[in-house]
Amino acid sequence: MTAMSPTPETLAPEPEGKAANGLQAWLPTVRDTALAILLALIVGAVLIAISDEDVINSLEDLFAHPGSFFVYAGDVVRHSFGAVFDAYKALLDGAFGSGSALRRTLERSAPLICAGLGVALAFRAGLFNIGAQGQMLVGALAAGYVGFTFDMPPVIHLGAALAAALIASSLWGGIVGLLKARTGAHEVITTIMLNFVGRFTVLYFLAKESFQRPGSDNLLSPPVDDDATFPTVFGLHLGIPLAILAAGGVWWLLERSRLGFEMRAVGANPEAARTAGMSIGKVYVLTMAITGALSGLAISMTVLGLHQSITDQVVGSVGFDAITVALLGRATPHGTVLAGLLFGALSAGGLGMQTQAGVPPELINVVQALIVLFVAAPALVRGLARLERRKKKADKAKAARTGQEVAA
Amino acid sequence: MNMLYGLLTPTEGEIRLDGEVVSFDGPGDALAAGIGMVHQHFMLVPVFTVAENVMLGHEPTRGPVLNRAKAREQVRELSERYNLKVDPDALVETLPVGVQQRVEIVKALASHAKILILDEPTAVLTPQEIDELMAIMRELKAQGTSIIFITHKLREVKAVADRISVIRRGKVVGTAEPTASETELAELMVGRAVSLTVAKDAPTVGEPVLRGTGISVVDPRGHLVVKDVSFEARAGEVLGIAGVQGNGQTELIKSLLGLLRPAAGTITLDGQDISRYGPRQSLEAGIGFIPEDRSHDGYVGPFSVRENLVLDLYRSDEFSRGPALKLGAIADNAEARIQEFDIRTESAETPVASLSGGNQQKVVVAREFSRPLKVLIASQPTRGVDVGSIEFIHKRIIAERDHGTAIIVVSTELEEIYALSDRIAVMYDGRIVATVPPDTPRQELGLLMAGAVPDSMEAAQ
Repeated sequence: MTAMSPTPETLAPEPEGKAANGLQAWLPTVRDTALAILLALIVGAVLIAISDEDVINSLEDLFAHPGSFFVYAGDVVRHSFGAVFDAYKALLDGAFGSGSALRRTLERSAPLICAGLGVALAFRAGLFNIGAQGQMLVGALAAGYVGFTFDMPPVIHLGAALAAALIASSLWGGIVGLLKARTGAHEVITTIMLNFVGRFTVLYFLAKESFQRPGSDNLLSPPVDDDATFPTVFGLHLGIPLAILAAGGVWWLLERSRLGFEMRAVGANPEAARTAGMSIGKVYVLTMAITGALSGLAISMTVLGLHQSITDQVVGSVGFDAITVALLGRATPHGTVLAGLLFGALSAGGLGMQTQAGVPPELINVVQALIVLFVAAPALVRGLARLERRKKKADKAKAARTGQEVAA
Repeated sequence: MNMLYGLLTPTEGEIRLDGEVVSFDGPGDALAAGIGMVHQHFMLVPVFTVAENVMLGHEPTRGPVLNRAKAREQVRELSERYNLKVDPDALVETLPVGVQQRVEIVKALASHAKILILDEPTAVLTPQEIDELMAIMRELKAQGTSIIFITHKLREVKAVADRISVIRRGKVVGTAEPTASETELAELMVGRAVSLTVAKDAPTVGEPVLRGTGISVVDPRGHLVVKDVSFEARAGEVLGIAGVQGNGQTELIKSLLGLLRPAAGTITLDGQDISRYGPRQSLEAGIGFIPEDRSHDGYVGPFSVRENLVLDLYRSDEFSRGPALKLGAIADNAEARIQEFDIRTESAETPVASLSGGNQQKVVVAREFSRPLKVLIASQPTRGVDVGSIEFIHKRIIAERDHGTAIIVVSTELEEIYALSDRIAVMYDGRIVATVPPDTPRQELGLLMAGAVPDSMEAAQ
């Protein structure tokens, strides 16, 4: 499409065309992703080690006494391994170590998956949606407003608040599609700008009296009415099942529906889609609206589930992490679910790392970013893993062999 | 060929140059070894001058400064020695295609190529330009350059080659002398007897179906590219539109489908005004459309054969129910079309991008022929297609004609125009300059395509 967006063809997998080859076709993808995660954790380990106090102290000793190099070098290594082991153990514990850890992982995964699905869907239609953040912000405002202002019967109130979020977010997304369809405005620019508009709209409303929690000086809304909150089962709210349902829905849409056929065609070759009589504009508008609705679903999990109120920080960075989740998931529904779970686990585990091992939570952001960086540069990863070189060597050896055979 | 030029590395086997085994890690290596290549699609920077393009990659310098004078001198010297007629200071984007091709040749020679690979060099040239290219090739040969000339046009090989190798499905299947007949060569290429002329009866011409009156089209850059064109396509007849690439044919047929809105004029189908129809309405009104560049807008590369075969049919009740696609019906359709059109593919799930050009085109053709048509607009229906598939596609087009469909064939290849047309309209500079019978001599048609009106015609008009 444009030089700016990573072309969806490179991201998106061969659709279901390759399904016949099944697992085998996916093996390289799975392997590259696993390698990327591993490499990111290794880089993370180095960062943990060099920022650990014991390691720093023993390094100082090492430079102070260059004579007894091996004694102190041993210390450095020992402390490094200790620090890394403690940190990653805390990470695992924080993500999976207990019932509450697991719950936290799932709670954090669900919105990531939903918003990630929205970004992934847009990718498949050739749109680079940076706007999940803004879509979630206006969705939060709508869900919260309906949630704490009105008084409705139980199920209906939740339905109304949820619907408000979906509609607000999908309109926010739809604007982008409409602008692109009508004026050709690039969606990367418009989504980024609408993120700003969304952010300051939320700040504006939160400063209004009708959005202020009585007796609070912070930007904090009144609590959402109990009737409008997600019911919980075993202490777990409905987020995860909803996210899985949404993934199923997105899969059906992409692979089994007319609209999905049009989306994928427009994403892979808009010219051919146009010549085949498809309306590219319609596809852009609908895709962005559905994308927005998925963002709206994501944020209602937070506003109506976890926080049950709105603050200026209610979205956090989920809207941006969603982009990374979709990229890591190769813009497929199942990949996005897995990537969302991974990021949810890293996020929950990061909390454990901070409290148990004293590692700053920012490290997790670094690791997340590195994973995606490595995924985006598969050649780099394979090079680092020396796979490529080994393969080349094997090829050369083979060529030499055939050469000899020919000579003989 | 891409292997010889270092763009691909052979998985097996070796390349010997002057008796020595060589291996190229990229075009740089190949160039250094004296192998130059002129690609089918030119690799020139349009906003650079000829001299700048030629020096690209091995810029002569004086200190840190480019030595443009030296590059200019080199271009002048080469174009004189080989009689190439290229102006070193002209901007490449302003040059006609034939001259751009000469720039590519100069570029290859400037890097001291001893072996020159020409990949389908004649596709974009007028008959006259082809003759000039042949003369240049003979000149190069006389001065000691080896030339590998890749083409699917039999007449050209016979005209210029000293030795002929025939490649079919990645294998050299035979060699021939230039004295071999075209039929013999075609048989080697296809592996069975083929007829180069399409057997067809005289047309049973019916009523005009698609009629254009005073059509003008402005392209997206604001140039008037189709100027007041009128024509009619009649049932049961093939109207050929001949012309050198870039004389408005592309835009004309795009306007017929509704991909471009005509700035003036009307288009009617069976008497109904369809000038303001979009592509979907036109397709549903019974227009079949084979676009000139299949990879551009004929198919979706990553989509499977199955999906591409319903790319413009998926909305019909046959292939969808409400918002859902009928996957079963789509799969059945694919099996039937693959059989009927002999599409060579591993399976219906194979992405179309990985098929050969001929089979990709068959996918497009099969799709357009799988619904009832009033008009078929086929642009370059056999470009980059093997001889066997050409024969097949031509036969299908004639069969559709005999079925009573109005056919418009746009082609830059005279062979194709002659093989199919019942009437030939020649486009030059956005206008239809003449409509002539199919027995018009090649020379006369060539002149019309170049914008000259032959004497005999002037009298007739």
